Amino acid sequence: MKTVNNKAWLMVLPVLLLVGLSAIIPLMTVVNYSVQDSFGNNEFFWVGTEWFQEILHSERFLNALQRTLLFSALILAIEIPLGIGIALAMPKRGIGVSICLVLMALPLLIPWNVVGTIWQVFGRIDIGLLGHGLESLGLDYNYTQNTFDAWATIIIMDVWHWTSLVVLLCYSGLVAIPEVYYQAARIDGASRWAVFRYIQLPKIKRVLLIAVLLRFMDSFMIYTEPFVVTGGGPGNATTFLSIDLVQMAIGQFDLGPAAAMSLIYFLIILLLCWVFYTLMTVSDQAVSATKGRTN
Amino acid sequence: MATIELQAIAHRYDSGHGSAIGDAVIPFAVNALDQCWPDGGAYALLGPSGCGKTTLLNIISGLLHPTAGSVLFDGVDVTARSPEQRNIAQVFQFPVVYETLTVADNLAFPLRNRGLPTADIDSRVASVLTMLGLQKQANLKARDLTVDEKQKISLGRGLVRTDVKAILFDEPLTVIDPHLKWQLRTELKKIHQQFQHTMIYVTHDQTEALTFADRVIVMHEGSIVQVGTPQELFEKPQHTFVGRFIGSPGMNVIPCIVEGATAIVGEHRISLQASLGSDFDNSGLQNTELGIRPEYVRLCQEQGLPAVITAIEDVGKHVVVRVNVAGHELKVIQREGEPIPRNPRVWFEPGKMNLYQNAHLVEAAQ
Repeated sequence: MKTVNNKAWLMVLPVLLLVGLSAIIPLMTVVNYSVQDSFGNNEFFWVGTEWFQEILHSERFLNALQRTLLFSALILAIEIPLGIGIALAMPKRGIGVSICLVLMALPLLIPWNVVGTIWQVFGRIDIGLLGHGLESLGLDYNYTQNTFDAWATIIIMDVWHWTSLVVLLCYSGLVAIPEVYYQAARIDGASRWAVFRYIQLPKIKRVLLIAVLLRFMDSFMIYTEPFVVTGGGPGNATTFLSIDLVQMAIGQFDLGPAAAMSLIYFLIILLLCWVFYTLMTVSDQAVSATKGRTN
Repeated sequence: MATIELQAIAHRYDSGHGSAIGDAVIPFAVNALDQCWPDGGAYALLGPSGCGKTTLLNIISGLLHPTAGSVLFDGVDVTARSPEQRNIAQVFQFPVVYETLTVADNLAFPLRNRGLPTADIDSRVASVLTMLGLQKQANLKARDLTVDEKQKISLGRGLVRTDVKAILFDEPLTVIDPHLKWQLRTELKKIHQQFQHTMIYVTHDQTEALTFADRVIVMHEGSIVQVGTPQELFEKPQHTFVGRFIGSPGMNVIPCIVEGATAIVGEHRISLQASLGSDFDNSGLQNTELGIRPEYVRLCQEQGLPAVITAIEDVGKHVVVRVNVAGHELKVIQREGEPIPRNPRVWFEPGKMNLYQNAHLVEAAQ
């Protein structure tokens, strides 16, 4: 008879407590709110899935979702290729490496609301370098009134802030490629594109996956910077899901719908991350499947 | 396929950014080499780590540009040409495959880069797959293969080009399991015999070099110390380094004084083959050494120099006996079954002794 050592349970207790307090209990509170209604006085009424249905059919939510999806798509479409490009162009040795790395790391060190403030001021048409400069050039630029200008400002701000992260991840992948691969490519007469396509891209694929997931999650949850720059405006033009959620939960104190929306928001992120992960690792899985067969 | 000629090749690695250290301090990795390797031969560059053999190989392939000198293929100076223009193939120590491509696509890669018609590519790839016995794996992703199969692909990417000038190998069997090493080496030898590519094989393993090559080039500290057949390297090492490096254990080298046809070791006199000693006079020849292979030393009781046995190592097919003769350690290979005498004397087989002056072989007078 094998004796069971129950001491192990004691060992995991601190972790269970921590996770319980920091994640499970708050999450369950949100779940709790999402199925109830309250008129104050700490009185709650069971409403079932009513909030969920309301949110999923509300135009306000669907519009914010569309805006957020478009924002993330643009961010990924710009930052990932740009990041790879910059990483490829960075020097591999010498003093230039440290200079580039420090320059790249700088935007990442700035707190989000400071980034927002910098660009809010930078883009102002009365005193901002960018805004005033464009205006003196005769260009009609005003991020507080023009939807396109507001989007352009926020996207350029995010590209400025976060492309470095993609660059650093890709660079770390690139410098890990042994020199001999490039030598073999020279002997095989590979073009610059072939080197990228068949050596560099496969080798940085894993870090690239991390970069895509991080940038997707961050951009999909973006709150502080657009809130500081545009406050969600003009109109609702830059009201992303997170801004909408905060308005609902804190501005209007609609805890029930806000809780339901949080959960839907969370599930969408989870779902899309799964989609990205699956798409980017599909060839790996195909490989291990064939491997399984041959073995 | 081409005859490869090296003219006064020298190479020195930069410190990188012109640091304060003067140029003179950086030693030459390869120094003043003149070599001509005729078309279709199998050559091995043999030497210990850091002797410059990989540097030399990379100079031939064009991955490195030599500090001085020129490389000629069939009499044409190719020093300024890229590896692609030189049309050589190189197999590296660690297998390099394009992991996301299939085995067949890996083999087709160099041909596609050169813009060959698809039909030609397909037939070349099919024949190389057959040659290497990789038909079954043709449609697998290259990263799914075992190390030795990957190394075959590296080789295949060279073989697939019909007009390849030479195939260079940089310690290609280092990461291969011992039992597969033999197999791969045999296949390589077979491919060489069949297609007569000029092949240059860099290794620090003398067994690999001696079994693979028709001619072995032994390198030591950036210079070539001997070029010869395996037989020549064994019987007539041009340099004491070659004597010590080749053979297991290496050649015994003991200081001596030569008088006429006699070598004097300590108080003992050894008669040399007459042709050897005749040129010598014993004045001013301080750095004279006698070289004799352990295979040609006998332990016996009747004749030779008195010796003290210090160690006996049984290595299976024979016994290596370490003895002390007049203060010098000698290794003796004693065939299995031959008795080891109690108070032995060592006897050198006549005709198998070599004399060295300042580490270089003194050629026997004809």
